[in-house]
Amino acid sequence: MIVPYGNVLLLAIILFLLGALCSVTRRNLLMILIGVEIMLNAAGLAFVGASLKWQLLDGQAFVLFIFAAAASEVAIGLALIVYSQRRTGSVNADHYNRMKG
Amino acid sequence: MTLYSIIFYVLAVIILVSTVLAIIQRFLINAVVYLILSFLATGLLFYLLGAPFLAVLEVIIYAGAIMVLFLFIVMTLPIEQPERRIMETLGQGLPVVILSVISFFIAGILIFEAPGSKISLSTGMATPAAFGQFVFKTYWFPVEIASFLLLIGLVGALYLGRRESKKGSEDRP
Repeated sequence: MIVPYGNVLLLAIILFLLGALCSVTRRNLLMILIGVEIMLNAAGLAFVGASLKWQLLDGQAFVLFIFAAAASEVAIGLALIVYSQRRTGSVNADHYNRMKG
Repeated sequence: MTLYSIIFYVLAVIILVSTVLAIIQRFLINAVVYLILSFLATGLLFYLLGAPFLAVLEVIIYAGAIMVLFLFIVMTLPIEQPERRIMETLGQGLPVVILSVISFFIAGILIFEAPGSKISLSTGMATPAAFGQFVFKTYWFPVEIASFLLLIGLVGALYLGRRESKKGSEDRP
């Protein structure tokens, strides 16, 4: 017997909140993207736990699609970061203030 | 308190500590390396929860591909001054922390008041063969969509990352 499902869900919630905290408070674009990765990972953890609790494979299939979404998101995100670093010369979100409005 | 629950709690502590250490680092390299440790421990947790194929995928995709991509980008970009402090002012970080604590407690109450929340999970294992047959029988269409998503990601990254031509393309990516 492993732990109750609530403990798995609690761990996933703490991980998700840590990721949200990271992507909200940090000012570096790469750290914001890392926060999004942590959040996706926490969602996958909750899905795997649910898949074991109800003895259904659907949860694990969803984690497979979360992996695909995370991989393409990080590819596009890093390309965007490199592109905007070329344009503005910085990866700090505070320096992206060229729009005067 | 069986052996499996002890393994679960040890892995949970490793995951939480390494993630917290990752998000408070000022230098990106240290954060990425701590995060690799966190993802490896998450892969072990997937194995414990009966998903060996996803555990392998977690190690290959998250700890292998995504974090190595981050490391490449961190090494490619020119070094700039790290952030002086993690949270610039108290007014910036305080609302986030307060809202996180509130939502954490609400989620905890909801979880542990649910019926059947004291029953421990029994161990189980989905073999990779059974998992593959299930995915390709039931979810064949989302698999196709996921493959298109990856293709679009590849094309988009190539388009955004190409070298700018010499003249007249200032306003185009």
